[in-house]
Amino acid sequence: MSDYRVLPGPEHFLPPAAASMGIRLPNPGEAHINGVIASEEKAYEEAARQFLMAKVPTIFPGPLVLWAWNEKAAKKATAVRHLFNTLKECAQAGQKPMLIPMPDYRPKYPKINPEVEINPNHPNLTIWHNKIDCCMFIGVHCHQANLSLKIIRGGTSCYTIAMCAQAGHEDAMLSFRDASVEKIMRLAETVKRLKGTVQLRSSTAKSGASN
Amino acid sequence: MAETKSIIGTQNKKGQTYTDAWKLLNEAPRTPSFFTGSEVIKEAIRRASCDVMIAYPITPQSEAAALIGELFAEGYVGDYFRGESEFAVMSQCAGAAFGGARVFTTTAGPGTMRAMENFPMWAGSRLPIQMIVTCRGINSPLSIQPDTLEIAYLLNTGMLVWHAETAQDFFDWILKGYMVSEEPDVHLPLALCCDGFFVTHTKDVVNLTPADMCLPPYDPYRSPVPCMDMECPPVRMMRDPFVMKSNYISYATHASWQQEIWAAVERSRKHSIHWLNGLIDAENTDTDIMIVASGTAVSQGREAIRMLEDEGVRCGLVKVKTLRPWPEEEIREATKNAKHIFVPEFNVTGWLAKEIKATIPNHHRVHAGPHVCGGMTMPPEIIVNEIKTALGMKKSFVMAGRGS
Repeated sequence: MSDYRVLPGPEHFLPPAAASMGIRLPNPGEAHINGVIASEEKAYEEAARQFLMAKVPTIFPGPLVLWAWNEKAAKKATAVRHLFNTLKECAQAGQKPMLIPMPDYRPKYPKINPEVEINPNHPNLTIWHNKIDCCMFIGVHCHQANLSLKIIRGGTSCYTIAMCAQAGHEDAMLSFRDASVEKIMRLAETVKRLKGTVQLRSSTAKSGASN
Repeated sequence: MAETKSIIGTQNKKGQTYTDAWKLLNEAPRTPSFFTGSEVIKEAIRRASCDVMIAYPITPQSEAAALIGELFAEGYVGDYFRGESEFAVMSQCAGAAFGGARVFTTTAGPGTMRAMENFPMWAGSRLPIQMIVTCRGINSPLSIQPDTLEIAYLLNTGMLVWHAETAQDFFDWILKGYMVSEEPDVHLPLALCCDGFFVTHTKDVVNLTPADMCLPPYDPYRSPVPCMDMECPPVRMMRDPFVMKSNYISYATHASWQQEIWAAVERSRKHSIHWLNGLIDAENTDTDIMIVASGTAVSQGREAIRMLEDEGVRCGLVKVKTLRPWPEEEIREATKNAKHIFVPEFNVTGWLAKEIKATIPNHHRVHAGPHVCGGMTMPPEIIVNEIKTALGMKKSFVMAGRGS
């Protein structure tokens, strides 16, 4: 097994793809935490803990759940909204949960508005601007999610979670695979269950050298 | 969203049953058939639920390309046409794949070189196109004969590159190739290479799966990138951002994009091992002498081993099946006991030997050769002689010409 661990950055001027460092994706029924294969049970707990510890826990929904292009997508979107509402209900003093969409993948020039959206070509701008210290990608096409996750790891200290509908993401610090409405709801339940058991992180999000 | 599972057991318009790919390739009955490699390509595509095949004539793949035209006429392939050149063909393949089609094409030698600009574009766009490369000479003076030099140019395109030894490999790997390259965590083009003529024009017994069973269709909604449509034309992703904008973010995005392509090649490792039963085949890895080869050089190596055994010299064999992903750990493990590693190749530069030297410890053990090229055959005797020379033994054969 690889010694490399997928950890919050800022990691490097150009961090490597975790796959090229020997990190392997989980098999069905598994997840990974920091690049180490873990049970889904453990991953729900860790993801919930990270959300509850963060000052600005944020969900980044992508096009696959933002648009009602099929029935499943619409149901997932409702579940994502439920998870966001749960984060707000469970928020401690000093916590500010956010829901910032990634509506498409085209770079936003001349300037992105980081308060209203995130873009895979410069996701660090949204993270830095909003001081996001924990985020979850959902409904983002896998290629674009990996692009973003590497850039975030390179230049920010944000903890990244992926709720992937396909095979998962090594470039996130924690990744589920085969995401479903049930899995999103289960994560919300776990957040609710662990409410009050986790202390707010004391440090704020760090910026990378490239900031 | 298309649900692949729900399609299993139903029939396509030709009456073929969509069959779970693992069952089709591992459990369905096989019928021995006596076919050329080109005919085998046709038979594999008959079962591949292929949406689009785009053709252009260049020896030695022309026959296969024409035979797939027959499949189109019979209704087994969704669409089929001839492009204006290899460059056009590969661009048209991209268009079809961007639109969500399962795409197949074939090329060879100078055609591969002419189309080269498209291959990193395919990989960067995460298009799981399958391209058969029936390798032949590429340099002037013109040669249509077998030579594997063009594979060296494909190795850094971001495509998966597999090297078939036999027509049986070809049949199985065309079908398995789609299963690997269409995985959402991979989703890359595959260059399935063989040594032209030796495989394409030679008849061999090939065990075929039933013609009334076929692969499940491609599901473009599992793609890691959006399908092309009017809302999401690829040019807006591919032209606008990185070329036109010179700033750190553009460079970093492009760098991250390139890393993601190679991460996908890495991810294909797991799936390739599953479908191909390993990235290499290895025999007698406890011996001091190993032959490591790919393509038909494996067959010649196998025959050389038999001849050496007759003289009491024991020798092992590694058949390298995938060049990308590169079986680094497998080759290191299979050659760990070897004092001498011979790499016979059908090309002048010895790209496989260079890859192996970069992979294993104590690379002085690698003997880069024998090499033949330009259409020369590789008699197993020259491999035997190369090994005997390295071991300080008397040569068994007097071989005139290069490579001895």
